[in-house]
Amino acid sequence: MSADVGRPRSVVIVGAGHAGFTVASELRVEGYDGEITLLDEHGQLPYQRPPLSKAYLNGDLSADRLPFRSEGYYARARIDFRGDEGVTGIDRDAKTVTTAAGRTFGYDALVLATGAAAIRPPFFVPGLIGLIELRTAQDADRLIRAMGRIKRVVVVGGGFIGLEVACAARKHDLAVDLVEMQPRVMSRVVGQTVSRYALEAHRAIGINVHLGARVTRVEHRDGRAYGVILDSGEFLPSDAIVLGLGIRPRTGLAEAVGLAVDNGVVVNEFLETSDPAISAIGDCCSFPYPYGDQRVRLESVQNATDQARNVAKRLTGNRTPYCDVPWFWSDQGGMKLQIAGAAIDDDREVVLGDRTTGRFSVLRFYGDRLVCGESVNSTGDHVSLRTLVAHGTDPGVVTQLADPETADLRQLARTLRHPSS
Amino acid sequence: MTKVIFRSATAGEFTVHVEPGVSLMHAAVQAGIDGIVADCGGQCQCATCHVYVEEAYADLLPAMSEDEDDMLEITASERTDRSRLSCQLVVDKHIDEVVVELPERQR
Repeated sequence: MSADVGRPRSVVIVGAGHAGFTVASELRVEGYDGEITLLDEHGQLPYQRPPLSKAYLNGDLSADRLPFRSEGYYARARIDFRGDEGVTGIDRDAKTVTTAAGRTFGYDALVLATGAAAIRPPFFVPGLIGLIELRTAQDADRLIRAMGRIKRVVVVGGGFIGLEVACAARKHDLAVDLVEMQPRVMSRVVGQTVSRYALEAHRAIGINVHLGARVTRVEHRDGRAYGVILDSGEFLPSDAIVLGLGIRPRTGLAEAVGLAVDNGVVVNEFLETSDPAISAIGDCCSFPYPYGDQRVRLESVQNATDQARNVAKRLTGNRTPYCDVPWFWSDQGGMKLQIAGAAIDDDREVVLGDRTTGRFSVLRFYGDRLVCGESVNSTGDHVSLRTLVAHGTDPGVVTQLADPETADLRQLARTLRHPSS
Repeated sequence: MTKVIFRSATAGEFTVHVEPGVSLMHAAVQAGIDGIVADCGGQCQCATCHVYVEEAYADLLPAMSEDEDDMLEITASERTDRSRLSCQLVVDKHIDEVVVELPERQR
């Protein structure tokens, strides 16, 4: 006997990060009255990740502000949250999941929100003191303790995490070397203009950025790291090495039961896997990008929470394709970077505003489509760009934006949001 | 401690006692008040912690920054001149009471 997967009586969620937590809470917001089981393996109340490389690292946010909700919330919302139940297997026929502790939970609908793990480089040495990843609150605590004690740090990776950590380290007055393999920072995610601007801003506050360089070895003695060797042969001394090399999706559970996996658990526009009773969301899934022609995997809080909301709606009878515009923010020292859209392909940039003022935006186009807007210290522009990217194929929009002298993002966005006014 | 009353048209009234230095958003989510969503956790990025501040209390609260003003463009419920993002409304020991109204929806 199979329940109607569109109206499940029980939902099991694997992973209580931003995506998993939000499915649980949004199901209740949508009036879902059945069972909700939220399983996690980290042993603590579900909590937010962005502050771990930002305010929390800078000492501006206390640990008690990290959890999404207080402990009492879960009982009140009738969400059976279990923090020590890492899921080890799925039985698609019986519609159950099994945990490391040997318990089994039955489901009508299963949501995989397993997230991603930090990429470990070839030079990684397990258990080395001073070699630090940044994925969990425990990692952040290790890093904060280290920063309180040390004088020099090497940050490996010039993406968002690496740059945020480097800026926090400078705020703690540490000497900072940052090593990036590509010829520019944030190469996967921002265009040339913002990349160059960030590089200059970070060098100006004393971060030693090594571009086109790779760490080949961590030097250590008596179980403690004391520096790194680069592919050039150069030795960089340091008391700690922080890894910001990106993440890889955790797809093991899906793979083990024959669900399609390709740069994440493969889902359709309704975030359903090849098994109609199983959805996948957040950092672990790849889905058809609604503003382009490819499949993507997006690594952001917005993607996790908006996909979670979409699934919660579907499981309460409101089935619509996922089409939220991606957006993202990164706080790097004095630079607040906000991005609307995702430039999977782009071929030109138009800069709005004056880079020398430190407040500007970059519009990225691909052919006759606006694919992405990157804003530096310009929240107003960013808010407008969230709407404009959603209309990125509208020829009127693209024409009006192409001339930086006359483009009025706010006016255009308002017109699009309220067409009658 | 500041006494904060959250009024909802559909769900009645909730009173929370908020310590100095804590935002209304944080107090609401910790108390389990459903009408505040706070996707971005208080970073002024998501506009899902929208409240309407009752007029008598508006001047007691921290002034609105440009970022907050920009983010208020995209609240799900209508923006009025009483609209604020509750993650930016941090109370201090001089504020005895604040009353806010919850919007119909945050998303």
